[in-house]
Amino acid sequence: MNLYGVKAIYNFEMARMKRTLMQSVLSPVISTCLYFVVFGSAIGSRMGDIGGIDYAAYIIPGLVMLSLLMQSISNASFGIYMPKFSGTIYEVLSAPVSYFEIVLGYVGAATTKAVILGLIILLTARLFVDYSVMHPFWMLSFLILTALTFSLFGFIIGIWADGFEKLQIVPMMIVTPLVFLGGTFYSIDMLPEVWQTISLFNPVVYLISGFRWAFYGVSDVHVGISVGMTLVFLSLCMTAVWWIFKTGYRLRS
Amino acid sequence: MQPDISVKHLNKTYEDGFQALKDINLEIYPGEIFALLGPNGAGKTTLISIICGIVNKSNGDVKAAGYDIIKDYRKARESIGLVPQELNTDSFETVWNAVSFSRGLFGKPANPDHIETVLKDLSLWDKRNNRIMSLSGGMKRRVMIAKALSHEPRILFLDEPTAGVDVELRRDMWEMVRKLRKNGTTVILTTHYIEEAEEMADRIGVIRNGEIILVEDKARLMSKLGKKELRLHLQHKLDKVPGELTLEPVELSDDGYELIYTFDSQQQQAGVARLLRTLSDLGIDYRDLQTRESSLEEIFVGLVHE
Repeated sequence: MNLYGVKAIYNFEMARMKRTLMQSVLSPVISTCLYFVVFGSAIGSRMGDIGGIDYAAYIIPGLVMLSLLMQSISNASFGIYMPKFSGTIYEVLSAPVSYFEIVLGYVGAATTKAVILGLIILLTARLFVDYSVMHPFWMLSFLILTALTFSLFGFIIGIWADGFEKLQIVPMMIVTPLVFLGGTFYSIDMLPEVWQTISLFNPVVYLISGFRWAFYGVSDVHVGISVGMTLVFLSLCMTAVWWIFKTGYRLRS
Repeated sequence: MQPDISVKHLNKTYEDGFQALKDINLEIYPGEIFALLGPNGAGKTTLISIICGIVNKSNGDVKAAGYDIIKDYRKARESIGLVPQELNTDSFETVWNAVSFSRGLFGKPANPDHIETVLKDLSLWDKRNNRIMSLSGGMKRRVMIAKALSHEPRILFLDEPTAGVDVELRRDMWEMVRKLRKNGTTVILTTHYIEEAEEMADRIGVIRNGEIILVEDKARLMSKLGKKELRLHLQHKLDKVPGELTLEPVELSDDGYELIYTFDSQQQQAGVARLLRTLSDLGIDYRDLQTRESSLEEIFVGLVHE
């Protein structure tokens, strides 16, 4: 295994985060804090509890998940799209690194960045809202597993995209609506029955539900199903990445 | 001797049906400078890209440093350094970081001493902490070469290395390539500047429409296909070529003051002596004479337009 190669890609990507702290860290932290203030402190104070949990605390897992998904996708997609855009991808393609090592470098860095950001947001949330974590191990596991899965998804988007617009379409047009409709601000039990059924087709429901269970021990769906669905999505992304490298899709002609 | 690059029956057809390479066979030996010449779209870059792993081959066998580029891709790629045609650089990175990144990517542990040597050799040492975006085009080209040399490859591909660089930098690069050869590096270069191939290459390959039409030792190529030209500057104007000279391929310049005799460079120079004797017999005086050998460029143009 070319560990030096993996390390080179990983460090290169992490260095980009350090260079762009405002964009990579500060901006998502501030925008999530605004949710805490508006939906948690301002509006939340007029809302009742959900499942015995204070509304401000209830929305924290969903909001962390929102940032985690967006940042995982954007870090990974940008990471692989930029070398394609600037032409420096030739170096990675001509280097003695396997497909697995390339993915490990890029996706590993994107996952690390997203997890760091998720933890910063969680710590920052503490300044506004009092919350607890009932199952820290599972909280961290969900955080890492989700970041990894959506970093792989972002990697696929970065390879598929042939322009900056496409790079933005999936996070903005698909992921954001799915997160907002996936139980970030409410329990799907609060929806009419037909919408509850429709919601079960939204993969983000399972992520938020599982993550919220790690915090408060309550969930919309059983935690085992949440873990299972996350692993299914992870497997789908891994299969897609494997196919991309096998065929050279948008990388090797 | 085992070739450093071995290409056998290589074909490449792109998805749109365009056949970029047709049954390419080529061997390049350790320590030689091989120039691959051809007009735009001839297949030079496709060939290099396949050897380096950037483009998939359709069929055929390719080995680099004795290793199959597919089965033993790690060993094959470790031995190759590539300087591509376009100036593709990480604009926001510093020179030092970009070159160090390349070394790591190719599986080598950090070696600041080697990076320092490479940067100094390429006159980049003073710019090591500069971001690449702040460098001139010529400096960026040097960075690309430094990146390609960072992992100490035994084979170096230079795809149009001096396109758009000034004369001084071109000379520097030629010097660097000679130095690399001295250290045993095999250099394969494509270039539009035939002068460059003429100056540096040991062997020349000419590719046209995806086919290698010629591979030859440079000196042999120039003597085999080259022409020589003798120009005689006359004392007095002539109206036409004298009848006694019509056996020789002699032409008269438009102003009537020059006789131009073209002959095969392989031929013994008996024709020149005969021509000069005849002129003396005819009492045609000349004040100066000069000979000129056809350049590689003229040979190349002749080959690709055949």
